[in-house]
Amino acid sequence: MRLENKVALISGGARGMGAVEAKLFAKEGAKVVIADVLEDEGKQTEAEIIEAGGQCLSVKLDVTSEENWVQAVSATVTRFGKLDILVNNAGIFPLGNVEETTVEIWDRVMAINGKGVFLGTKAAIPEMRKAGGGSIINLSSVAGLIGSARAAAYGATKGAVRIFTKSTAVQYAKDGIRANSVHPGIIDTPMTAPTILTDESSRQAQMARTPLGRLGQSEDVAYGVLFLASDESSFMTGSELVIDGGLTAQ
Amino acid sequence: MRLENKVAFISGGGRGMGEVMARLFVQEGAKVVIGDVLEAEGKQVEAAINETGGECIFVPLDVTDEAQWQQAVAATVARFGKLDILINNAGIYRTRRVEDTPSEEWDQVLAINGKGVFLGTKAAIPEMRKAGGGSIINLSSVAGLVGSADSAAYNASKGAVRIFTKSTAVQYAQEGIRANSIHPGTIETPMTADLLAGAGRQDRMNRTPLGRLGRAEDVAYGALYLASDEASFVTGSELVIDGGRTAE
Repeated sequence: MRLENKVALISGGARGMGAVEAKLFAKEGAKVVIADVLEDEGKQTEAEIIEAGGQCLSVKLDVTSEENWVQAVSATVTRFGKLDILVNNAGIFPLGNVEETTVEIWDRVMAINGKGVFLGTKAAIPEMRKAGGGSIINLSSVAGLIGSARAAAYGATKGAVRIFTKSTAVQYAKDGIRANSVHPGIIDTPMTAPTILTDESSRQAQMARTPLGRLGQSEDVAYGVLFLASDESSFMTGSELVIDGGLTAQ
Repeated sequence: MRLENKVAFISGGGRGMGEVMARLFVQEGAKVVIGDVLEAEGKQVEAAINETGGECIFVPLDVTDEAQWQQAVAATVARFGKLDILINNAGIYRTRRVEDTPSEEWDQVLAINGKGVFLGTKAAIPEMRKAGGGSIINLSSVAGLVGSADSAAYNASKGAVRIFTKSTAVQYAQEGIRANSIHPGTIETPMTADLLAGAGRQDRMNRTPLGRLGRAEDVAYGALYLASDEASFVTGSELVIDGGRTAE
């Protein structure tokens, strides 16, 4: 098993990509903490993992609250003894070009997608240092690599995550703490279903943009996160893993 | 096992990173063909793998020769029935700045590191098409991402590989053929032995945020990820395995 004896905290782990990551991590031997504002869904996913023989704990987490983060990390260490892996996966995806974006929307998406990653990283580092190292995986997006026609604030947050990840990588490499970003293309999840994959024609349009000709599944992203979390990638830090079916290669 | 029922061809598999990839791929269930100009080393790796119960054959391969590539791919299919994975790993490293690079050296480096990848890709695609898809992994370098103080031709060849990979990815995606590049930092291999002799070693470690040299295994695990179906939505991407060197 590729994550044996590892303890992982996954923000936004209650559903969608985060839940798939949590299940894959548990299957690969990790003890997993699901942290999410969606408490009911979190408990449900926790129960499913435990039923399948995994070890899991769900905690409430609003990623914009520093206090919540400190509690989540502390609950992780209390329950499983340490913290090796942090997946900053929680995020929101509001649509809108620059003029359509209100200041309130800008502030909210920056708080969740941007500051949430900062606060999670800040809370995790002391415990990773104690554990002798760690791996932080931040979910950016292809929208953190190229401009997006319909998402101004979202793109800015994902660009922030892209470079903040490198900043973390460079600053904590000597402590054995790695940090890498993952850049999914169009993935079929609860985040994209109500926004850009609302009907058959929008699904077809997104598939047509993707050279591989299909939408990504949560598993496609989860396997990339698994690779970055495991010791198989122990010489990787500050890197960008693009999982987009070729979308940004052209 | 992550490469069960897969057939992989690895150029430059006679030693160094290519050899480590061959061993890891076999361990994960793949049947492996090693192509290399180094016949004695290649045959030794072939024997060692077969001795441990793996399936492996060696074929002589000069990557700059189109006819040899065709023979190598034909030998792969004759022995193992198909071709799923191609690792364009063979390469040479020359440290000379622009003014110090003889035109002949430019041609040699571009022929092995650049044209070798083109010819391997060209030879593999028809067989991957028949197999219903495939995964091509091209070894570029951090020298394909940023300028290098002491290499001109190598730099250019790895930049060529970086973008040629995306070209392959975009052109063959609809046939289920994926293509990705790997960009290692300073890895301890037979290719970098001269570079890492003496003071160069500490200098390279100092330039790497993680504070160590990479091992062939570090690169091999990246190649394994890209080769396997776990990366089935990954194409045209760059996997940088450099201990943080190009992040700062």
